[in-house]
Amino acid sequence: MSRKFTPKVVTANDLLIGDVVYLTADNRWTREHHEAELIEDEAHAQLRLLDGAAQKNVVVGVYLADAIAGPDGPEPIHFREVFRTRGPSNYAMGKQVGELPGPRQH
Amino acid sequence: MYSYNEFDEAFVRERVAQFSQQVARRIDGSLTEDEFKPLRLMNGLYLQLHAYMLRVAIPYGTLNPNQMRQLAHIAETWDKGYGHFTTRQNIQFNWPLLKDVPAMLSALADVGMHAIQTSGNCVRNVTSDHFAGAAADEIEDPRPYAELLRQWSTDHPEFSFLPRKFKIAITGAPNDRAVTKAHDIGLRMVRGPKGQPGFEVLVGGGLGRTPMIGQVVREFLPIEDLLPYTEAILSVYNLLGRRDNKYKARIKITVHETGLDEIRRLVEERFAEIRPTFHGHDQDLLEDIRAAFAPPAFRNAPTDAHDAALADPVYRAWADTNLAAHRNAQYAIVTISLKKHGETPGDATADQMRLMADLAERYGHGELRISHEQNVILPHVHKADLPAVHAALRGAGLGTANIGLISDMIACPGMDYCALATARSIPVAQDIATRFDELKLEHDVGPLKIKISGCINACGHHHVGHIGILGLDRAGVENYQITLGGDGTETAVIGERAGPGFAYDEIVPAIERLVQAYLKNREAPEETFLEAYRRLGLGPFKAALYPAEGKQDAA
Repeated sequence: MSRKFTPKVVTANDLLIGDVVYLTADNRWTREHHEAELIEDEAHAQLRLLDGAAQKNVVVGVYLADAIAGPDGPEPIHFREVFRTRGPSNYAMGKQVGELPGPRQH
Repeated sequence: MYSYNEFDEAFVRERVAQFSQQVARRIDGSLTEDEFKPLRLMNGLYLQLHAYMLRVAIPYGTLNPNQMRQLAHIAETWDKGYGHFTTRQNIQFNWPLLKDVPAMLSALADVGMHAIQTSGNCVRNVTSDHFAGAAADEIEDPRPYAELLRQWSTDHPEFSFLPRKFKIAITGAPNDRAVTKAHDIGLRMVRGPKGQPGFEVLVGGGLGRTPMIGQVVREFLPIEDLLPYTEAILSVYNLLGRRDNKYKARIKITVHETGLDEIRRLVEERFAEIRPTFHGHDQDLLEDIRAAFAPPAFRNAPTDAHDAALADPVYRAWADTNLAAHRNAQYAIVTISLKKHGETPGDATADQMRLMADLAERYGHGELRISHEQNVILPHVHKADLPAVHAALRGAGLGTANIGLISDMIACPGMDYCALATARSIPVAQDIATRFDELKLEHDVGPLKIKISGCINACGHHHVGHIGILGLDRAGVENYQITLGGDGTETAVIGERAGPGFAYDEIVPAIERLVQAYLKNREAPEETFLEAYRRLGLGPFKAALYPAEGKQDAA
């Protein structure tokens, strides 16, 4: 019996700023995990991974991350992916305060 | 301290210009990521969890005030206003934009700094005793030798593509503050049969997934043989080191698999071959470098102000923990703690960097050091100036009196910043420090080194912590293993794993139980945690960590 497929999102880092991004169903890269396309079919996941990886001048380090359907869209499962959606624990920086990498916005 | 000459300046400027072009070509699509990645890593630029990270070399941890101010300027202009000092005496900026990195490197070049060889399979930043040139126990300042090694190894054509990264540490004192026994090559200054200074050479130390203590490959190496002998070791490693498996590629594995005696034979054979090709130019260069490290003009003045200030318990506590003996009895070495309770170990804001630069300039003969324990040192402060230095530090949140105590923890960036990490380190370190501050036990407990790593690569040196903590991913949750009895000094030893790991919310209580077990079992307040552990063994500490197990055994 084949293994049950865990739904995925396609994720990467933005080439220019390094920020964590997710591939949407309409082929945009978004900073918000809940806007990502939740992929529930394994073959489709592989195709979407290829779609993402093909955008070599937009993003780097494209991979599939496990996710689950939530009330507002996909939610991460593994703690690493949870951290990637919010930023570091020690400072209010990054996604948790809507900041991009680069100099502190005053 | 050493200042760049025209060659150094031109070399670094050329690298900045090259990398600027490479970044431009990556952004316009001329270079793929596969092509660009090795180029950015050669310039210290990583892509981490949330952003790029630029790692800047601070050779042997030595900085002047202008360099520190420039780091502050870089932090404010192109990052988020702070920098993170690391266990290899580097500084990391966690949030740069790709397009800004050439400007950051150019700003570094303006003050004689760079990010070359802070990544990649090459000889990394040569590290040293952070009290070098000041310590009372020192045979000789090791930094001229570190600088000689830096110049020799930078862009060395034979050693730019080694099997893996290569780390050299050097100390000029018998008390090892540079963890030399946990480096690929450790150089410990000793005196030879006629009293002349030279080096004991250790090889094959390292932490990571296979922790090993370095072994003595040469008991006494004359100073004039330093470069050819180091070159011989690297040459043998370059030939024998495994390139088939990155986890077995470090020289410690080569030494382990080949055997120390055979490694020694091969190194000596290679040394005999290349020694005649060194005609003394390296020694001429060394003489020039030595002149750059001439000690400052120490002043002769009364120390009454310091003696009087000791009546203040806050000052006294700081003096007891944060000052170390200087070779000049009127002076002290000041360690500035970057470990304020609840703050991130090793982080300094731009304002704090500027204050430390100002203090170094006004009171410290213009010298600053970064320690592998992630603190900043003012190596030469006259005791008359210590009260003023302390007051200024307190005003900037830098007056914490905790050097060598529980909250003076080494913590790697962990999963909050590092793409390789498997668990977080920083919040665990923050919570431990906060907890023991609440308990007001820290000074009663005394010397205790806790070191935490967020993955098996051991950047946080957990193997050589008296209490080591290793963060792992266990079935999708953060889990923390404890090791006990590690030691990173001249009596170095790898810690012993205590047992099963602890969940994130269990690790701070576990550390508290360990420390309480020490307090209960120590013979006297003078017996340190490490001494108690060596006397008692794992038993009482394991019982404290796993009380439920004890109950099961009793049943």
